[in-house]
Amino acid sequence: MSDSSLENLPKGWKSVPSDLGSDQTAFKGVQWGKAMMWIFLLSDTFIFSCFLISYMKGRASTVVDWPNTSHVFSLDFMGVPVPLLLIAIMTFVLITSSGTMALAVKYGYEKNRKMCGHLILATAIGGLIFVGMQAFEWSKLIHEGVRPWSNPFGAGQFGSYFFMITGFHGTHVSIGVIFLFIFARKVYRGDFDTGRRGFFTTMKSDYVSIEILGLYWHFVDLVWVFIFAFFYLW
Amino acid sequence: MNENTEIDKNKDKPAQTHKIGIYLWIWGLLFVLSFFSYMVDWYQFQGILRWSLILFFMFLKAGLIMAFFMHLFWERYTLVNVLLWPMTAIACFVGLMVAEAKYTFFSRLIYFVLGG
Repeated sequence: MSDSSLENLPKGWKSVPSDLGSDQTAFKGVQWGKAMMWIFLLSDTFIFSCFLISYMKGRASTVVDWPNTSHVFSLDFMGVPVPLLLIAIMTFVLITSSGTMALAVKYGYEKNRKMCGHLILATAIGGLIFVGMQAFEWSKLIHEGVRPWSNPFGAGQFGSYFFMITGFHGTHVSIGVIFLFIFARKVYRGDFDTGRRGFFTTMKSDYVSIEILGLYWHFVDLVWVFIFAFFYLW
Repeated sequence: MNENTEIDKNKDKPAQTHKIGIYLWIWGLLFVLSFFSYMVDWYQFQGILRWSLILFFMFLKAGLIMAFFMHLFWERYTLVNVLLWPMTAIACFVGLMVAEAKYTFFSRLIYFVLGG
């Protein structure tokens, strides 16, 4: 972000027509990789929306009762079933990792290599814990007889929506974790301080990559907010 | 190496960073809001109250994440507009599918349950 060149441009709503009608770049002060990540996230939003809308349509149109999620996802804690316990812990773990990622971006821009690396590593571990708990949840439900075509708790569509939506989200988390580990290594090695060229590209590394990685990770958290609300709580 | 340090010197001053306090505040708020939305299930609120509380906490959390963690609050309006206007298409799609779901539901009631 080169802020000095932005100061002379129109601000607020006036900036929209002037930026869009300007030469060369519409997204002023946004590095191209960051703009591309935002556009990718926009398309991903549409995919997740289609999944959640199809879930809404399926749930609203079945004449069989929908399984009581608060009962299905309860977990025994010292012999007492606590509703949605695992899901609540997963939510808090993901928010924690989102917080550490936000701080990693901040320390990255301040060129604080060590703090940035530690925080990315912490984020990756948070993601790993989340995926682990999701695997536990899946195996628990599969043992209880939940299948994509039927389940013992109610409407048969429940299983297919559950596995598809949480599976697609879990895939996003897993991919994020892999990239977090790769970028933790790059940060620790000092790639972003020396401008070392990347593996796939001849361009010099820059701390803006951490912000782009952060955008992806926060998006994964954002999707979970919607899944938690619509699938587990509704 | 020398070439790179040259470039670093010529680079603009470090990009804008924000005070750590703002991130910690948002982080804390997200925790509190998640706790509240969990409480909606814990106390087994039902009906309109349940749905409106779930949506309220959900949109508040989503807004905080996008505005501050994803820095949209500090971005120029062009990017914000390009990202947020397509959401109206999703809202339209939701509306269409609500109507479709009702139609399917009543057809099923008439033909499956009442037997035509």
